[in-house]
Amino acid sequence: MKNEDKMSKRISLIFLCVMALFWILPLLWVISTSLKPESQAISWPIRWIPETLTFQNYVDVFMRDDVPVLRWFWNSFFVATVHTMLMLLVNSMSAYAFSRLHFRGRDVLFWSLMGTMMIPPVMNLVPLYGLISNLGWVNNYAALIFPGLASVFGIFLLRQFFIGIPVELEEAARIDGASAFFIYWRIILPLAKPALVVLALFTFMANWNDYLWPLIVTSSTEMRTLPVGLAIMQGTFNIQFAKLMAATVLSAIPVIILFVFAQKFIVKGIAMTGIKG
Amino acid sequence: MESVNETRPRKSKSWKEKLTPLLFIGPHLFFFLIFLAYPTIYGLVISFHNWNFFGDMSFAGLENYANILWVTDSLYFEYFWTAFRATFIFVILSVPPLIIIPLLIAVAINAKPPGQNFFRALFYAPSLLSVVTVVLIWIWLLDTNAGLVNYYIGTLGLDAIPWLTRTPWVWISLVLMTIWWTIGTNMILFLAGLGEISDQLYEAAKIDGANKIQQFFHVTLPGLKGPMAFVLVMTTLASFNVMAQPQLATGGGPGYETRVLILYIYEVGFTGGNPRAGLAAAMSVVLGMILLCISLVQFKLMSREK
Repeated sequence: MKNEDKMSKRISLIFLCVMALFWILPLLWVISTSLKPESQAISWPIRWIPETLTFQNYVDVFMRDDVPVLRWFWNSFFVATVHTMLMLLVNSMSAYAFSRLHFRGRDVLFWSLMGTMMIPPVMNLVPLYGLISNLGWVNNYAALIFPGLASVFGIFLLRQFFIGIPVELEEAARIDGASAFFIYWRIILPLAKPALVVLALFTFMANWNDYLWPLIVTSSTEMRTLPVGLAIMQGTFNIQFAKLMAATVLSAIPVIILFVFAQKFIVKGIAMTGIKG
Repeated sequence: MESVNETRPRKSKSWKEKLTPLLFIGPHLFFFLIFLAYPTIYGLVISFHNWNFFGDMSFAGLENYANILWVTDSLYFEYFWTAFRATFIFVILSVPPLIIIPLLIAVAINAKPPGQNFFRALFYAPSLLSVVTVVLIWIWLLDTNAGLVNYYIGTLGLDAIPWLTRTPWVWISLVLMTIWWTIGTNMILFLAGLGEISDQLYEAAKIDGANKIQQFFHVTLPGLKGPMAFVLVMTTLASFNVMAQPQLATGGGPGYETRVLILYIYEVGFTGGNPRAGLAAAMSVVLGMILLCISLVQFKLMSREK
């Protein structure tokens, strides 16, 4: 039996190594391309190690006026950060009410809200754009920050977590006459940090990587977010693959940094979302 | 005079106590009503009108639905069903590998070979990237003339493959980049599910003389029923929502072969000089209804389990 376990471990390892090649080689090739002069990027035979190592592509990406990469970085960063902070605030307040306060129709309201998770987002694309254009928000940060706050998923996630926090912890404060807001802000929120981090990560990454909505709702080159800007670049740089790959690598760096620091939370978070299934 | 027992609300409350819950749920409810509840109804309204987002709406009755659902000689009918076919092909081709590959990877990682953490991180990593980043990487890899893939195919003495311009290669490319991009989430859900299966079940199977493959089919798969239903529905929904891959990699081509529904909705509603919001809304409603049915099936499955 020991032998069988060893055997299955070995087969697993071989299978994973083969699969890993398909996942690693594209990444290595992209990095390699981004470090080559344009003329060598498409030269045959293929060279994995660049003949001439250069960072010029990265410099060029930032120097072009028609592709304001830094501005796109800033747009994505600003929008995702503000959106995430607001999401944490309104979702945690709501989740607190749904888990700790008592009012008529509470559970009916909560489950009705959760039911709207089933509404397919594609149905709201046209009307939401109509609304945004009526509000005069087209090509405005507001259109990238606010509509997503309607999402109810975070309330579900946080409420589950809040319910798990023992009520005794706030009892003492309540006897001392502390307000609901004080309990929420000073007792519940600090205890809910792990859940808040998970929600923050997912919200930030979803907003940072979003493509279709920013594509529709921004119109000028300066107001594009990074993914939309990159897509524009494909047209602008046409077949200048070395520069395109440099931009691709740059766009991936923030999320990779985030991943390195928060891998544990991400894994836990996905498992958490699966629990509802 | 606060009651310590908070599980039961007291009969009479001051106005202040009544107001407190509203203050807590109010901010989110505000965004919810404006940006989710209202648009859902507004979308239905738009779908019965002709509108270009700017001028006045004019009532069109069922015209928009007619044009895509039963007026068979309308151009929109043809385009809509071509797009529907494209979406359907993508779902059929992408869902099975998007479940089987992460399942096998999860089972392999769960056998705890050396480097398991590295593998988990590696297969998950692309999920962090935006779809645009992923598509750009694959456009470069699959470029007909300068791409890495065709280079190695060439060294085998074979002709270059038109990955992004000819059927059936376009479909293979779109599915390939989607697999590379998204298997991470399903893998982690399966890993979580595998962790829940009790070792005793495997021990019992071993005592009965079951080999590893029999154990996989008789212990592992039944044990993953819960996550499997969730993953299946989530993956199907995600595949129905495909848009950026064909938009950026194939331009919906060759011809209209890979112009999937959301790409077509985008083109009708948001590009060109005269966007047709009503038509795009009607198409969104039809697609939305299909997706809603899939969600309801999931809901049924979930509640049966509980």
